[in-house]
Amino acid sequence: MHVMEADLLQATPLAQEQLSDGREPIVNDFSIVVATANGTGSQTSNLTLLRALFKMGIPVNGKNIFPSNIQGLPTWYHIRVSHEGFVARRQTSEVLVAFNEATVEEDIATLPPDGICIYSADWRNVPLRDDITNYAIPVNQFLREAGVKGKIRDYIANMVYVGAVSQLLDIELDKIEEALSFHFGRRQKLVDQNMGIVRMAYDWTAENIEKSDPYRVEPLAQTDNQMLITGNEAAALGSIFGGVTVAAWYPITPSTSLIDALISHLPKLRRDPETGEETCVVLQAEDELAAAGMIMGAGWAGARAMTATSGPGLSLMAEFAGLGYFAEIPAVIWDIQRVGPSTGLPTRTGQGDITFAYYLGHGDTKNIILFPATVAECFEFGTTSFNLAEELQTPVLVLSDLDLGMNTWMTKPFDYPQEELKRGKVLSAEDVEEKGFFRYQDIDGDGIGYRTLPGNEHPKGAWFARGTGHNELAVYSERPEDWAENMDRLNRKFDTARKLVPQPVTDHNPLAEIGIIAVGTTLFPIEEARTRLSEKDMETSFMRLRALPINKEVRDFVERHDRIYVIEMNRDGQLHAILQTEMPDLATRLLSIAYLDGMPLTARWIVEAIENKELSE
Amino acid sequence: MTTRNADRTNSIGLSYADYKGRPSTLCKGCGHDSISSQIISVAYELSIKPHEIIKLSGIGCSSKSPAYFLGRSHGFNALHGRMPSVGTGALVANHTLHAIGVSGDGDTASIGMGQFKHLMRRNVRMVYIVENNGVYGLTKGQFSATADLGQQLKYAGKNDFPAEDLCIEAIVAGCGFVARSFSGDPKQVRELLKAALSHNGTAMLDIISPCVTFNNADDSTKSYSWGKENEAPLHDINFVPKMEEIIIGDYEPGDIRQVEMHDGSIIQLHKLEEDYDPTDRMGALHRLEWARQQNEFITGLVYYDPSRSSLADVSNLGRTPLAHLPEEKLRPSREALAEVMERFI
Repeated sequence: MHVMEADLLQATPLAQEQLSDGREPIVNDFSIVVATANGTGSQTSNLTLLRALFKMGIPVNGKNIFPSNIQGLPTWYHIRVSHEGFVARRQTSEVLVAFNEATVEEDIATLPPDGICIYSADWRNVPLRDDITNYAIPVNQFLREAGVKGKIRDYIANMVYVGAVSQLLDIELDKIEEALSFHFGRRQKLVDQNMGIVRMAYDWTAENIEKSDPYRVEPLAQTDNQMLITGNEAAALGSIFGGVTVAAWYPITPSTSLIDALISHLPKLRRDPETGEETCVVLQAEDELAAAGMIMGAGWAGARAMTATSGPGLSLMAEFAGLGYFAEIPAVIWDIQRVGPSTGLPTRTGQGDITFAYYLGHGDTKNIILFPATVAECFEFGTTSFNLAEELQTPVLVLSDLDLGMNTWMTKPFDYPQEELKRGKVLSAEDVEEKGFFRYQDIDGDGIGYRTLPGNEHPKGAWFARGTGHNELAVYSERPEDWAENMDRLNRKFDTARKLVPQPVTDHNPLAEIGIIAVGTTLFPIEEARTRLSEKDMETSFMRLRALPINKEVRDFVERHDRIYVIEMNRDGQLHAILQTEMPDLATRLLSIAYLDGMPLTARWIVEAIENKELSE
Repeated sequence: MTTRNADRTNSIGLSYADYKGRPSTLCKGCGHDSISSQIISVAYELSIKPHEIIKLSGIGCSSKSPAYFLGRSHGFNALHGRMPSVGTGALVANHTLHAIGVSGDGDTASIGMGQFKHLMRRNVRMVYIVENNGVYGLTKGQFSATADLGQQLKYAGKNDFPAEDLCIEAIVAGCGFVARSFSGDPKQVRELLKAALSHNGTAMLDIISPCVTFNNADDSTKSYSWGKENEAPLHDINFVPKMEEIIIGDYEPGDIRQVEMHDGSIIQLHKLEEDYDPTDRMGALHRLEWARQQNEFITGLVYYDPSRSSLADVSNLGRTPLAHLPEEKLRPSREALAEVMERFI
């Protein structure tokens, strides 16, 4: 792996890592990196290791650093084990499973001193280092002995490192078997076949390798009543329990697995058991532009309509988003952020769409944005996003990211949604008879008009949705006053949204001079960094925004601190700029810490960045 | 016959005026206004409930017209070339609605060609009218993609590219109801519209609708005079709604081709010059290509195939539209969530 700018920033290792002297055991506090080639089935092996550790009660997190490729290019899987429960990516991994000959040299170079390297004994000229511990595993020998030939060779070969790593790190074999059973379901034959190789490698390692490194795991009880799930699957389930009725989409990494999950869970959860009829339709569109058009049409007609996409797709949806804002059509757009501009790094994570999403659409446009940080919030926002879209009659964008969406996270099983399904101000024919119907009139003073759905039988119940200038009755108008008044009302509606969106999560530390504001998955390295900073007597407060627009609570938080660091994963500090615009009088208190190279931020990098900024203050 | 008598009402008690829209802002004599008035007549004559119709359009002169008919129906004036996707979403959300989409040759044959084709590929139940005049009107007379190769216009100069034939495009895309007509032939437009509304899928009407301001010179194939002189109907078409007595009229029985529609309605095609079979796909494509080569202006029901399922059919929807499902159908139970969670532990 290439050296990242983030690596250069680290001056001194953190306290916990200074403890390692190579001889004292290091238990439940290290990272494993598995280097393989894409498309060799290593994901099964990696998830097996992850789940086995999880089943031992040890807090874990798995991050797949994969290429935009079907087969052959290098891929890395990072597993962090942390008795403290931290799940952020770490800068370096101490345990390397080097199973990709093409990258073995650079992989070994990334190991810290005292790290361990498990590699294939079948390779020649492996550039071994003398400051690390090397374990060579005769992979071909196992495959020969097991009589494995043909296509499944690569898959089975990857089970060899599962066995070797388990033996070296004390991962319990019965947990490995449980993990394989979870993966293969009822296909016991596959479980047995894979387990055979695991055991063979495990036994060989026990007999032939003398362990001379400090890393190992011990069972804990910290994952009781927890489960593992990806953010995209959580978002799909959340949307199903949030009442989605139409989902239109176009395949794009890293959002595809959200719709895949939707498609796989819908038959069981949303097909009427009596009639066999569907209560949600998934439409694969010809492009993202059409997907956006479909959810606009569906939202207008009364569906709870959603799409899932990523940067390039969001670009194509821009015109429809503006129409939705102006014609006031409810719809939900999940943007699983990857790295842009353009095709960018399609399999890497980032937070680079914040500005684009917030202002998506030409002209005077501002959108509601939700920022889930956890898989539980992905589930929760499945309901919240539709409720806000229908209550506020506007597109709602949910900004997740590849790290949250595609990686595997621990969580408590999701609670049944407390929030009821809110359908907003929709008039029936009887309502129209009673109250009359004036589509865009601000009757309640909250900027939100009343709408009717197509099919409303009242002779005065129809209205014409349009992107052209219109008056309060939705009739075409070019009158300057009509335009200005309508845009003012939309601003009032946006102010109403400030009260309705999910409120920030705040940890206010009365001793802290400095505060941190962030959104989404930077939560995890920030939490860890705050612990480390606190150990160095640097106290911080933390506010995690869960939505835009902001409200007074954010203002109060900024006012209570001398300096606020806005931490985000993009180059230009997009959230920082939005917050400065929202609070121009407090703008100088807001300082930007922004960085993006496609990898999730690490606590170490954040500690360094804050320390450096503080030194220069 | 249509009546303008304000006291007359149709079988559901609505007057002709109840189907009107707002006053048109298009140029006087625009072919599009003639089509709007045929839509009003048809809806009146068929006693259509206005709330069961949705009107959809893209952007352009043609796309303004849904404001000028069926004022009691919901409408959605969408984006340029993107009406098909909006219609697709709306008709999945509520499959009990009937949609009338109005587009133009710029809106369909250029910016909207992709969505046009995919609408038909999915067979969304929608009447899709192209008000085809060969030029962009609101931007002052540029050629559209249906303009004839070599055509000269004062403003736009010479058109160097061949015309798209939207009927051919529709057939190739899988459309099961493909017609060409002329806004100067209101009777044919009406009968085609009626039949199109009964079709269980996309019904595409490519209606030559002259632009009196930018493309109405006598030598233009999109002009009134050229249309009136050259229109060559493939057949006289007569739509007989379900439940109505079928009368053969003044024709010899052997000269009539009857096609039964999905809902039991009948399309009667009275043979004119040739015995044209609109159910023969290869024949239809061949006839269109021949007409193109001979510069013939054939009109009528060019292709008809009721056999394909509509998008709503293949979506396995129930009687209640998705848009009106009650909460208990939208949110699975606590037990269902517990069961799903169990699978992750």
